[in-house]
Amino acid sequence: MDAARQDGPETAPLDYLLHLADNALVLGQRNAEWCGHGPVLEEDIAMANTSLDLIGQARLLYQHAATLSGSGTTEDSLAYFRDAGQFRNYTLMELPHHGPLAGTAAADRDYATTIARNFLYSALMRLVWASLQDSKDAQLAAIAAKSLKETRYHLRHARDWLVRLGDGTAESHSRMQAALDHLMPYTQEFWTVSPAEAAAASSGTGVDTRSVREAWDREVAAALDEATLHRPQPGGYVPRGKEGVHSEHLSYVLAEMQGLARQHPGALW
Amino acid sequence: MSDVSREWPLWEVFIRSKQGLEHKHCGSLHAADARQALQMARDVYTRRQEGVSIWVVPSALITASEPEDKAEFFEPAGDKIYRHPSFYDIPDEVGHM
Repeated sequence: MDAARQDGPETAPLDYLLHLADNALVLGQRNAEWCGHGPVLEEDIAMANTSLDLIGQARLLYQHAATLSGSGTTEDSLAYFRDAGQFRNYTLMELPHHGPLAGTAAADRDYATTIARNFLYSALMRLVWASLQDSKDAQLAAIAAKSLKETRYHLRHARDWLVRLGDGTAESHSRMQAALDHLMPYTQEFWTVSPAEAAAASSGTGVDTRSVREAWDREVAAALDEATLHRPQPGGYVPRGKEGVHSEHLSYVLAEMQGLARQHPGALW
Repeated sequence: MSDVSREWPLWEVFIRSKQGLEHKHCGSLHAADARQALQMARDVYTRRQEGVSIWVVPSALITASEPEDKAEFFEPAGDKIYRHPSFYDIPDEVGHM
């Protein structure tokens, strides 16, 4: 690290910013799949709003990361011209809106899966953004303050549906439970520390997520209790999406998201 | 009839655009209960900074006048122009009213 860099303002590690940004972008893209296909009109709009919030968060983080990268990097080059192995999002973010299936088999989207993922993730990010407001990276702290307000609403929305579906009919209860059973193991990735996260935490620019684990556990336990849902005990394989080791699903998400930009590089509209 | 009972009830949505102004009716939506109606109103009707406060009211609780009563309800007021406060001289100091 050169002297000029050391004297400059403190900034979070690039890979840490990309981790936060990729989480938001990939989940935003996934949730946007509901646009025009939501279970009811009002909920369709609500989910599109959530996606736009997430994509907005991703843009701010990519812009910050692009400034740090220099050499012509832009928010668009980060979003559209990196391949799956360069994405740093949690594997949880890229999974389709349905239960486990082999390969790329098509299935009807399942709103319980959507709600379970949004709940588990927004419950985490409410705590992470709150902590990141004190980041030594001033730009990241400002992004965190803005994102926290949005995330509070996402959590409220997802938690509300989690309880309604969990404590609803026999059908909605069983589908909500199945979605949780499917997704909960992927949350194990929240609590392992990647090299980027370790560097961010030690420089005071990032958060060690293990410090919010207890609060997240309480939030999840209270909501599941209210929803009369059983909490699955995660175990087995711990995903490493945030280190670039993804499921087979991410490439398909990226193909759809990046196809146009790659077909017409530099196009403006 | 079972399908009808499974439908979410209709709610009327009122938005206050800024502090000091009254809530204005802006539309309606379907929701399972009041709390959900409020959240959905937020998502459907305040996406472009339209408001700082929301009311939702079950549409079924609103008693409305009937279109066929229009003649006896409203037309008698048509020729009572003296009810408009337009026959006063407003002092200049009062300005625009």
